[in-house]
Amino acid sequence: MKKLALSDEILMQIEKPARYIGNELNSVVKDTSQIRFAMCFPDVYEIGMSHLGIQILYDMFNRREDTWCERVYSPWPDLHKIMKEQHIPLFGLESQEPIKNFDFIGLTLQYEMCYTNILQILDLAQVPLLAKDRTDDDPIVLGGGPCSYNPEPIAAFFDCFYIGEGEIQYNAFLDLYKEMHSKNYSRKSFLHEAAKIEGIYVPSLYEVSYKSDGTISAFTPLYDDIPATIKKQVDMDLTEAVYPEKPVVPFIKATQDRVVLEIQRGCIRGCRFCQAGMIYRPNREKDVERLKELAHTMLAETGYEEISLSSLSSSDYSQLEELINFLIEECSKKHVNISLPSLRIDAFSLDIMQKVQDIKKSSLTFAPEAGSQRLRNVINKGLTVDNILSGSREAFLGGWNKVKLYFMLGLPTETEEDMRAIPELANDIAALYYETVPKEQRNGKCQITISTSFFVPKPFTPFQWATMLDPSDYLERAKIVNDHVKEQLNHKSIRYNWHEADVTVLEGILARGDRKISEAILYVYQHGGFFDAWSEYFNFNLWLEAFDACDIDMDFYTKRPRQEDEIFPWDFIDVGVSKDFLLREWRTAHNELVTPNCRMRCSGCGARQFDGGVCFENQN
Amino acid sequence: MKIRIKFRKWGVMKFIGHLDMMRYFQKAVRRANIDIRYSEGFSPHQIMSFAAPLGVGITSDGEYFDIEVHSTASSKESIAALNQTMVDGVEVTSYVKLPDNSKTAMSIVAAADYRLSYKEGYESPYSVQEWKEILTREFYNQPSFLITKKTKKSERKVDLKPLVYAFSVEEHDGEPSFFLKVSTGSIDNIKPELVLSSVYEKMGIPYNENAIQIHRMEVFARDESGKLIPLDALGEEIR
Repeated sequence: MKKLALSDEILMQIEKPARYIGNELNSVVKDTSQIRFAMCFPDVYEIGMSHLGIQILYDMFNRREDTWCERVYSPWPDLHKIMKEQHIPLFGLESQEPIKNFDFIGLTLQYEMCYTNILQILDLAQVPLLAKDRTDDDPIVLGGGPCSYNPEPIAAFFDCFYIGEGEIQYNAFLDLYKEMHSKNYSRKSFLHEAAKIEGIYVPSLYEVSYKSDGTISAFTPLYDDIPATIKKQVDMDLTEAVYPEKPVVPFIKATQDRVVLEIQRGCIRGCRFCQAGMIYRPNREKDVERLKELAHTMLAETGYEEISLSSLSSSDYSQLEELINFLIEECSKKHVNISLPSLRIDAFSLDIMQKVQDIKKSSLTFAPEAGSQRLRNVINKGLTVDNILSGSREAFLGGWNKVKLYFMLGLPTETEEDMRAIPELANDIAALYYETVPKEQRNGKCQITISTSFFVPKPFTPFQWATMLDPSDYLERAKIVNDHVKEQLNHKSIRYNWHEADVTVLEGILARGDRKISEAILYVYQHGGFFDAWSEYFNFNLWLEAFDACDIDMDFYTKRPRQEDEIFPWDFIDVGVSKDFLLREWRTAHNELVTPNCRMRCSGCGARQFDGGVCFENQN
Repeated sequence: MKIRIKFRKWGVMKFIGHLDMMRYFQKAVRRANIDIRYSEGFSPHQIMSFAAPLGVGITSDGEYFDIEVHSTASSKESIAALNQTMVDGVEVTSYVKLPDNSKTAMSIVAAADYRLSYKEGYESPYSVQEWKEILTREFYNQPSFLITKKTKKSERKVDLKPLVYAFSVEEHDGEPSFFLKVSTGSIDNIKPELVLSSVYEKMGIPYNENAIQIHRMEVFARDESGKLIPLDALGEEIR
């Protein structure tokens, strides 16, 4: 049996040593391979192991005989300290060997708050933090995932980014590396060649110039033979796409401790705040027969006792009923639980939920996102009060008495009236419960839980032009909601939770930041800040200090109104959805008008160029 | 039908704690298509119970858990099916049918055998011969061996002599190692490191828990005559 990178002495003194020993069922160990790839999720093991995208890429890379892909997660602060003190280099879980000797370190970027953890990974790996300081002996550091749709704030740390879905260009990328590596080409010439592969962005080969007001005047490639815009890669055949039939099964309980079945990618809805709904266009479904096969195989290969569906809006999957009926039959034989993602509440979904959940324990979830119909029109969230009330009525009659409501505060055009509409909606739902369910049939009071987060404008959404607020203004809005909850007749049945405001502001800066931001991220890491996604480690004052030290004006990124013709840091990426469409939607939002979903009518967003998916449904 | 399963655990698997081993076997039993019984109710769970929890860092040749099944293949086939889906560091070594009126493994555990040896890079403060003399003098020739047992709530004096059934020094690859047979279970549960560290204490030398690898060799119950027998000796092979 292999030797571990960490001594018994260290493993016995840290929390959850199982995070660092590898050896999990279905993990891949190879003898030797020409290409060594470290696939990192820059957060703790239990979070990283729950991520589907990494499982897909891990499976895909390891299908190549010449490549050995291993997993790496952020060491928790207890181990971080020991590794720094004892100069232990960060290692791959499978081989337990230092990743500084690998060919690639790939990092998936799922949320902005993990940016300091990127630096932690590189630092512990003993690889230079800045791409410009790396030599031919260092691994190529590669980024991907949703945050790479605006890679600029972290561009200084990466040699290249892969923009889009990994299934498409990775083989070409690895083949190119293998060929050039065998001929001893330099890192610089490899990156230059790689930049010619569609979807690969090499930040060092592009120059950004700024106007005197700090906005971008031009974004230019340094060479004529590399593209000026980077085109998002999309897998148009999800049914045939690689999918991990034998996913790695962790020993310790991961956040997502179940088989995950991806039923579709993209979303037809077009909510104007939602980045995923835009960047994953067009909506593409996986064939139901393939999903049945996958469910069967994955349950058999893992032994999991639960299966869950993954998609942005499961109710929109056209063969949902057939799939769920199959799962209910297959799973009841095997005592496997089915966990349903938030489905649209209607007669069909309530019927399914009654079959697969314990009604007494489960709750109904609605995400109206905004309290008033006016504001819901602004954000293009089709859900109406009638939908919510009729869904609730049916659910109450079916035995439920818990309802969760999710909203955002700080949306564009929001007024006090919109805020006050949130508790009022909750009150109406509570009143409906007492009206609908006779006293003798009630299972106690009904419980309505309101949760609000603060809206963060994201690149490639119609709201990318929106302004943000100061932390104190966000909290003021939460207070208005909270005070008004107390004024409701049924306030004893209503609970209200709201999010932190400091994190919101920071997330906003990182999400729409430019190359200048990287200096502040580096400052924070070098002054001891990381694991920002964990409230116990998040240190907002350190960030304020960093922005100050780096001469960065936070308001420039948050509160400054952006002109319609401003060049954004991420404009060089072509996601298929055009900036014209986003601008049109931004204006339509201000007119409080709803844009129909992709199945009702094509709105000409631009995703049709990918030649498939929902854009071509029912057209022969 | 009640089944008792025995397994070994070694190598990196010593870092997987008791609860995670239970979760591991719940999944392994499904993968091996063992026809296990489930409890009633809305969220049914497998009928499975472990004998004696093993601490993190300890390896073992004698781990046990009981399950209930509707039907079963032979012992040999079932062991093969389970081992087909094991990770490196876990191996199922026995699968026996218990009489229907059997008590759970957990309730009948009476003793366990351990070997404590020095890990690579650590040296014993004494030679094998010196250790033999120390054990005779400090343990066997004493009328009692009192130690302070600390629990979360209290501290109490316990005499280890009647609870330590065997304590000897052996030689492995020129290095001393210790064999211990100690009382185990819900009433008088003696941890082997407690015995060895108490001897260190008597000798006035510091005990370093990182220096010692603890290995559980077997877990026992008492038969009608009071004799200690391995837990799987209470069942019979399925042919």
